[in-house]
Amino acid sequence: MNQGPLIFLGALLALAASWCGMVVVPNVQIGRQQQVAAGPSNSRYPAIPSGEAQRGRDVYRAQGCFYCHTTNVRQSGAKFDVVLASAGTNKAALASGLRAARPGLTPAEVSQIMEQAPKPVLQGLTRAEAETALKHLTVPDAKAEIILVPTGPDIERGWGRRMSVAQDYLFDQPLMLSKQRIGPDLTTIAARQRDPSWHLLHLYNPQSKVNGSTMPPYRFLFEKRKIGRHPSPDALQLTGEDAVEPGYEVVPTERARALVAYLLSMDAQFGLFEAPLPVEPKRPDATTNQPSATAPTNAAPTNR
Amino acid sequence: MPAETGSSTACSASPPVPVNEIDRSCRTPVVFLLACSQAWLVIGLLFGVISSIKLHGPGFLSGSEWLAYGRIYPAAQNALAYGFAAQALLGVGLWILARLGRVTLQGAGIPIVGGIFWNLSVALGLLGILAGHNTAYDWLEMPRYASGPLFFSYLLIAICAIMTFKLRRECALYVSQWYLLAALLWFPWIYSTAQLLLIIFPVRGVLQAVVNGWFVQNLFDIWLGSLGLAAIFYFLPKTLDRPLHSRYLALFGFWALLFFGSWGGMYAGAPVPKWLGSLSIVFKVMTLIPLLAVGLNLYRTMAGKWSAVKTDAALGFVALGALCYLLVGVVGILSVLRTVSERTLFTLFTPGMTNLYLFGFVALTVAGAMYYIVPRLLEAEWPSGGTQTFHFWTSVAGIALVTLPLLFGGLTQGAKLNDPQAPFISVVRSIIPFLGLSTLGGTLLLIGNAALLGRISKAMLATCCGSCCPGLLSASQKPRALASGGKV
Ligand code: HEC
Repeated sequence: MNQGPLIFLGALLALAASWCGMVVVPNVQIGRQQQVAAGPSNSRYPAIPSGEAQRGRDVYRAQGCFYCHTTNVRQSGAKFDVVLASAGTNKAALASGLRAARPGLTPAEVSQIMEQAPKPVLQGLTRAEAETALKHLTVPDAKAEIILVPTGPDIERGWGRRMSVAQDYLFDQPLMLSKQRIGPDLTTIAARQRDPSWHLLHLYNPQSKVNGSTMPPYRFLFEKRKIGRHPSPDALQLTGEDAVEPGYEVVPTERARALVAYLLSMDAQFGLFEAPLPVEPKRPDATTNQPSATAPTNAAPTNR
Repeated sequence: MPAETGSSTACSASPPVPVNEIDRSCRTPVVFLLACSQAWLVIGLLFGVISSIKLHGPGFLSGSEWLAYGRIYPAAQNALAYGFAAQALLGVGLWILARLGRVTLQGAGIPIVGGIFWNLSVALGLLGILAGHNTAYDWLEMPRYASGPLFFSYLLIAICAIMTFKLRRECALYVSQWYLLAALLWFPWIYSTAQLLLIIFPVRGVLQAVVNGWFVQNLFDIWLGSLGLAAIFYFLPKTLDRPLHSRYLALFGFWALLFFGSWGGMYAGAPVPKWLGSLSIVFKVMTLIPLLAVGLNLYRTMAGKWSAVKTDAALGFVALGALCYLLVGVVGILSVLRTVSERTLFTLFTPGMTNLYLFGFVALTVAGAMYYIVPRLLEAEWPSGGTQTFHFWTSVAGIALVTLPLLFGGLTQGAKLNDPQAPFISVVRSIIPFLGLSTLGGTLLLIGNAALLGRISKAMLATCCGSCCPGLLSASQKPRALASGGKV
């Protein structure tokens, strides 16, 4: 008997099935994603990267920074805060509502919360608890709301304010999520470290900025040269053992500057419908035409 | 027992080709592929050791841009996957197809040309990575000017394999042939899909991660997995000199692997639609079924003959390779469960598993196959005693040191990463001892495999010189005709 064709066809079937399921279907599902309106100015998100940041991204790829750095913030769940946005005029009813929502409150604390609104009343609740508490605070004229707070080690480390979602990577070509965290996640590095000269010095000698760092130095992205008529304004302020002999200076190359421009572009974490940010409660007199993506009360619950 | 000893219905009217004629037809192409793959193993290990040192000693060779960690590390990975694992297993596969089909290797010039271009493509690809032309996709880092030629070289080798299969004289199929046939089909499909959707007409955003994940899953679990299992299912019964326990169990395991192992590749918590992560977990867990089928079958085949491992080097290597396959499978399944993956994701655990797969499962299986095949093809003296014992024990110790510290280090690292109170720099410092141990393991593997490469080169030289100018060889170096005297 000759089972060759049988095996060939069976294998073809298995392969085609997995190809359809894991390649074609996801493409159909999210292949048509577009920019969305997000953020306070309702701008298009994600923004199309600038030319210099794009060149820096290319340096990041060529140097393989992503073998040590992820750009993928994880979120393990979410907590809910109940916030009194404005106390209004119906003080007596609100005071009893506050005491019902949070039984242990002393009268002094109650009036403090009402005076200082917007002010959190309860923090770190489940959604159901928060909704029960909100019911007590639905007093005519006063305004209270529920705010969603993403949680998880990455977020508590300050690596991001919410989890990363597909929308964030729309223009990432090539995508460099990475599987290794030898170094910290860099999704929002610009929010943590805004100073370009810190980044340049860190790239030149990571150990001089972070004691005990195991990040390799990238000195070949810098140029050591004789000081010309005037010292370059871009020259690194090197001290200690990095200092160069008098008459010389170390300046970043075009590639180092582009790389830092890229790092400084990595901070856009707008609230999205599928991944809302904790928003500051608005004072009632503030503008009310905020995009729905940041409205916390109708946010999709997230518990990846 | 592989079919070649039983006499059953012949596929063609022609009688089976005698064994030594088959071996002669395989000699140049198979020895070429195996020797080159061993050289890539040594190069990959050398690059791997350099990159491993860089992780705990960041100043090491830091002046050279070409040797930056983010370049030499992917170069090492690609040398090991494409230069070594794929090439070696394809070489072994060709020989198995010829032997089981009881036919000479068809168009033996084709795989030689394919092999030469395969090696040139890998070399070009590695140079590209070192020059900064990394594509940034996992296990596809080689730039497009190398991946294209690589694909066509593969087709040449595959054509020879399919022809040998089609023109076989022994009609009945053995387990190894099923696995080889599936593998031959798998690679061109997954590689061309990945190249088309990632490099040529790139999809947007996270879809790249989905396609890449699917490719890696299929590359390892199905393609390299099937090629390796084909060798294990051939050599284990062969060296034990007894039949495979159950053909039906093997058949079941084969189909279960193809259907369950080909889905997946996304981890829980990836920024992709959630069902992709969940589906990947479900299918990964289901690969327990083929794993149990393979494990049980091999265990029953071995039962009562364990002591043979001590006397037969080929059997020892292959049996240990099979054990590593089962280990990688079981630990891999455990590690996708959410509670575990939360801790192992983004840590050293992942490279630890890759090491167990490449150095444990693939390299040991290939070593076993080489110990069996090469002396028969070269008709030459082959390392016994010294080199062989040295190679075996450096392999065992090396594999233990490149896996266990990374697996445990990954768990430590993951626990600390998930504790926001632990400052990040303490996470960085805590993994250094584990990385140091794995550097040591890599060095042991490097030394052992360099010794083996030396022995292969010597045997090849002896055969070459022996056939061209026999007078040059002194009597003691004369190749002994193993094929006629030894067990074939
Ligand atoms: C061998 C692994 C490795 C590579 C490769 C690497 N890094 Fe790092 N990186 C680290 C480690 C470890 C730290 C944490 C210690 C420190 O801040 O220096 C770090 C920290 C950083 C930080 C500071 C993060 C923070 O939260 O303060 C930035 C920015 C950074 N790296 C950028 C880069 C860039 C850009 C590249 C590529 C040119 C790169 N890294 C390549 C390991 C690496």
